[in-house]
Amino acid sequence: MGIRKTKKIFINYLFVLPAILLFCTFHLYPFLNVFRYSLFQWDGIVEFSSAKFVGLAHFKDIFTANPQWWYSMWHAFYVTLLTLIFQNGLALLLALACDRAIKGARAYRMIFFLPPVLSGIVVGLIWQWIYDGNYGLLNHWLTNIGFGHLARAWLADPRTALTCVGIVHMWKGFGWGFIILLAGLQSIPRELYEAAKVDGAGAWDTFRRVTVPLMVPVFVLVTILTILNTMQIYDLIVSLTGGGPGYHTEVPITRILAAMRGGSQLGYACALGIVFGLILLVVSFVQIQASKLAKQE
Amino acid sequence: MIKFLFLIVVLALTSVTGCAPGDGFDKSSSDKIVAWHWMTDREDAFTELAEKYKALTGTDVQFELYAPTDAYSEKIKGAAQTKTLPDIFGILADKRIISSFIKAGHVLNLSPYMDMDDGQWEKTFYAKALNVNRFLQGNEFEVSPGIYAVPLDVMNIQMIYNKDLFKKAGLDPENPPKNWAEFLDAGNKLHAAGIQGMVSGWGEIWMIDCLASNYAYNIMGEQKFVDTIKGEASYADQDWIEVFTVFKDMRDNNLLANGIVTMVNKHAEQMFANQRAALAFNGSWCVNVYNGMNPDLNYGVMLPPVYSDKYPMKIWGGAGASLMVSARSKNIDKTIKFLKWLTAKDQQAYLANKTCNLPSNKESLGEIPQALEQFVDDMDSVTHPSNLNVSEFPKVIEARDKGIQSIIIGEKTPEEVALEVQAVKIRELKKQKARK
Repeated sequence: MGIRKTKKIFINYLFVLPAILLFCTFHLYPFLNVFRYSLFQWDGIVEFSSAKFVGLAHFKDIFTANPQWWYSMWHAFYVTLLTLIFQNGLALLLALACDRAIKGARAYRMIFFLPPVLSGIVVGLIWQWIYDGNYGLLNHWLTNIGFGHLARAWLADPRTALTCVGIVHMWKGFGWGFIILLAGLQSIPRELYEAAKVDGAGAWDTFRRVTVPLMVPVFVLVTILTILNTMQIYDLIVSLTGGGPGYHTEVPITRILAAMRGGSQLGYACALGIVFGLILLVVSFVQIQASKLAKQE
Repeated sequence: MIKFLFLIVVLALTSVTGCAPGDGFDKSSSDKIVAWHWMTDREDAFTELAEKYKALTGTDVQFELYAPTDAYSEKIKGAAQTKTLPDIFGILADKRIISSFIKAGHVLNLSPYMDMDDGQWEKTFYAKALNVNRFLQGNEFEVSPGIYAVPLDVMNIQMIYNKDLFKKAGLDPENPPKNWAEFLDAGNKLHAAGIQGMVSGWGEIWMIDCLASNYAYNIMGEQKFVDTIKGEASYADQDWIEVFTVFKDMRDNNLLANGIVTMVNKHAEQMFANQRAALAFNGSWCVNVYNGMNPDLNYGVMLPPVYSDKYPMKIWGGAGASLMVSARSKNIDKTIKFLKWLTAKDQQAYLANKTCNLPSNKESLGEIPQALEQFVDDMDSVTHPSNLNVSEFPKVIEARDKGIQSIIIGEKTPEEVALEVQAVKIRELKKQKARK
């Protein structure tokens, strides 16, 4: 290898070096540190050198003596399930509608994308006012249409609190799915639809045999984004219920923060973060494998 | 090319060294006192006082506001880690966390300064306010005995009632309920008149803990309360079941406003100020808040009605905001001098009038707004968990307060909650033992 070639390779690596350094500094180094902290009993205040090494004790505690953590995990799964079914279902319906040459399609696109750009805290405060048990709009409407017996403190009732949070999350998030799905639909060549029409395929057959197979990669993307985004729900919980009543709307992020802030157990919070990260990784991996199988079929 | 390579090297070095751990650099400089705080309502008053102090002494004082409180708390922790705490700061946490800051060498022991001139400075404060910041000999946190912060103001948390709504419900606004039976009766009368009962920030957990502690003192006395924290008495004990029953009684007798378990205190304050609830459980800071929301609000202040005659009712209170001095400050003497000035009679009276908070300096009491006087009367009944030499595990506090929320929503009985809290307590005690 000549000097010239070596120099070329060196320069190529040099160009990548800033990105590698930034990645190592802001991603890899913190990640490795999080894992290191998770092995220590540390409050994040005293010098780390005086923290006590506890090995995998935090992980053992999470798996054997922390029911609230798994309860919060179930809540996140429940909201994710609602979101996957209803939010993405609605997003697909609206995307299909806007994909056709309907009047005012642009305006609809803009309107549908409005909720996602709003701050979670602001959205939470608005919906808190709607759900309010004393002077809320929802109770007011229910009373006006003769369903006053259904009026309640929606966010303080354990039977409705989590679903109410899920509804707000779906309202806020369906715009993302809508935009991605619409982009996917618009990338399908129109000739395929025309060919299907010539072959005598109806609307349902066209959707099933043309749209769905070509949209699988987009469905996978939307599903993964929905799962990752919903499992990490936090701002809406804080502004709507604070995790209450009791533990009924606690989610993994609120539990991690409770350990970090309330209990000042930074080591334990890091262990929770790692467990949570691994769960998300496994879910995403399973999802990708399942979609690969579906694509092959 | 050489210029480009130089740029890359500089960028790379900056990205690495920019995140290096602290090298002991201190925010304090030799000619300026820097104070970090979270009190948005006092920002203007602090700025004015700093200007006044500069005119008097020539010393620059810079108040820096960081809000909200969560962000402030994280900033303080980060600054402690990198040893960049300012000359003056406050810690918004319980004694267990404060003790970590002290043991890490971030907080100056103020006792020697308090003791100067025959304890002149110490004598100006309410003893109960100072006690919140005092670590006694043999404390469980293993902190050297001393006073580690100066109270800027004092507060207490009580029940506040709307006199007009009381009258509307047929209750005597000049004689609010004093015992449990009268209190429950008031709840039912308010409900019959279509008026919401009590509002409070019980979605924020710590305010539930506050009322639960009040009744724990009233039902079992301080010694048994401390014994429970030490693990020598059980949460499954009948006295604790009675404490939890207090909340069931309040629920059953319509004393609690709809949705109180997820209510944040700001919302509770709005409801009370707008006359949508007859009772509020709130701190003395509410005078300022209510005044801003509804200056014509006609309210009175009362101690939580007693449940038992065995022990006196105690309310949470003591120091409101406390300021600490960085042990690494290069301006310790100047900072102490400023804090002495800030907590002197005139400045305290100015702060009390400007921000409607109770002054920590007893000598300023004659000059406080009338609305605050109702809170001053009950300073003798004040106590605070920080005054104890022991502190409860955060997980137990959470289990206790979330359990109370479950009682209020009718999901669990007081007995069930008592057993659950005790189970968490046993688990935490075991973990503590294993750590030792």
